[in-house]
Amino acid sequence: MENRATSQWATELLRPDKKQRRLELKGRLMTLVSAWVIILTLFSLLYFIASKGVSTFLFDGVPLSQFFSSEWAPTGTPPSFGTLPFIMGSFMVTVLAAVISAPLGVGAAIYMTEIAPSWGKKVLQPVIELLVGIPSVVYGFVGLTVIVPFLRDVTGGPGFSLLAGVLVLSVMILPTITSIAVDTLQSIPRSMREASYALGATRWQTISRVLVRTSLPGLMTGVVLGMARAFGEALAVQMVIGNADNMPTSLIQPINTLTSVITLHMGNTVPGTVYNDALWSMALILLLMTLVFIVLIRWMTRRGEAR
Amino acid sequence: MNAKLADRIATVVFYVIALLIIGILAGLIGFILVRGLGVIDWHFLTSPPSTITAGGGVAPQLFNSLYLLVLTMLITIPLGLGGGIYLAEYAKPGKWTDILRLSIEVLSSLPSIVVGLFGFLVFVQYTGWGFSLAAGALALTVFNLPLMVRVVEQAIRSVPREQREASYALGVSKWQTITRVVLPAALPGILTGTILSAGRVFGEAAALMFTAGMSSPMMDFTDWDPTSLSSPLNPFRPASTLAVHIWKINSEAIIPDAKEVAAGASAVLVLAVLFFNLTARALGRWIHKRMTSGS
Repeated sequence: MENRATSQWATELLRPDKKQRRLELKGRLMTLVSAWVIILTLFSLLYFIASKGVSTFLFDGVPLSQFFSSEWAPTGTPPSFGTLPFIMGSFMVTVLAAVISAPLGVGAAIYMTEIAPSWGKKVLQPVIELLVGIPSVVYGFVGLTVIVPFLRDVTGGPGFSLLAGVLVLSVMILPTITSIAVDTLQSIPRSMREASYALGATRWQTISRVLVRTSLPGLMTGVVLGMARAFGEALAVQMVIGNADNMPTSLIQPINTLTSVITLHMGNTVPGTVYNDALWSMALILLLMTLVFIVLIRWMTRRGEAR
Repeated sequence: MNAKLADRIATVVFYVIALLIIGILAGLIGFILVRGLGVIDWHFLTSPPSTITAGGGVAPQLFNSLYLLVLTMLITIPLGLGGGIYLAEYAKPGKWTDILRLSIEVLSSLPSIVVGLFGFLVFVQYTGWGFSLAAGALALTVFNLPLMVRVVEQAIRSVPREQREASYALGVSKWQTITRVVLPAALPGILTGTILSAGRVFGEAAALMFTAGMSSPMMDFTDWDPTSLSSPLNPFRPASTLAVHIWKINSEAIIPDAKEVAAGASAVLVLAVLFFNLTARALGRWIHKRMTSGS
């Protein structure tokens, strides 16, 4: 009797309660549903943008060679949908913004981690985080109100220009580059710095020959992330770039980017027309460029780890 | 030049860069506030915009921004919590987890205008809703969800493993461990991240131009029936937000005080974002103190 009772008691103790098991399953199911919502969102987004984006070539009869030409005349006779000026505009504004922001961002990160760590943490880190939080439309408004008039005065041009777009974007992507650079520099083992100092190197020699060289893949990752953000920015660029269908050949000349053209004309064209479909194809280019940036980032990250 | 001189020059350069960045932020916020605060008053915050004459306000846009934020967070928070918990507690290394992580990475990198166009295709055209707050909220959910998932996952992962093991040792199930031990401990991080993402949602414009629309029908603030078209609570009406309004004024407006209205609206927007930012920090700190009985 005692043995049987003990056995029964142990069995009861070890069997999970039905209610508990149901709760466990329900909770796990909820988290799984969330995960699948994310995956389905991505794939439906890819499907919708891609299927819409290829209409220009499959159904509207626009050849790829025309689409990537430099002749943009959507209401001309015959109409022409050459997007090269906008693609070049997007690339130019992105690369130039990175050229300005990368040294500043990396310099700020070095300052925060090597020159004045405590002050950098207390003052500069919140500053960087606040810059991230400022809405892009506000950057555009400040660019429109401050940078454009300034450039107009300085260069004698219209003010609205490639350079205005570059300046606005370089401020916008600066926090991205800085944050990732800080994380990268902080992950370098302290022993490397100490070894360098032990050999009599100055701080700048340590920074330039040991730290930067070691963390280069990580720093480049931040720059590429910043470029991805710059490439995809729409409103802040559209407000200052001048919106002219020129091939970008001068810094002080107004141009258009892929995003500025989409922003301006998507709402003003009739869905289903060739013009509208061409805009969707530009959106597809934006999407593909995002994927390219991600592949690039992953490759650089992997290369950094292999070191 | 010798090594010591190079070292000093480099140090000066780094100081200059740091001061330059602080100057940029101070200049940006200072400019916005100086230009905008003179415009903001009770009338500005409570009256509708005008299309021809001077003196319009931003009341509908302000309300729409706040309401849209609420709708978006109502959708994003449960999904973000679910996704974050899954990745931190349940996901095993393998193909599907890799696909999920890649999905989050891609979604978080997408330009917001692409998200807006996707929202336009699906939530505006496909569903037949037209421009609406609901479409805007769903588009912003796509935009905001990856950030929420990351925030939740990081907060959960930062909870010491010993707390979970103590709970398991007492015979508590995994789900109850998550809901009663891990989530409360992770709450400060989750809350801080949520509020910061709220600031991001509040300031978004490109995704909303194509989903929530750029105009607001006249709202009757005495009508709180969510099914009525003139009710502010109707989630299926088109709605212009502060950020979209700022863009539209600068691009198209013909009112004589367009610059002043844009400056005022920008100041309201920046103040709101600063409020979210500072609240997130303060609240995170306060909750942490309360939950750890720290001094």
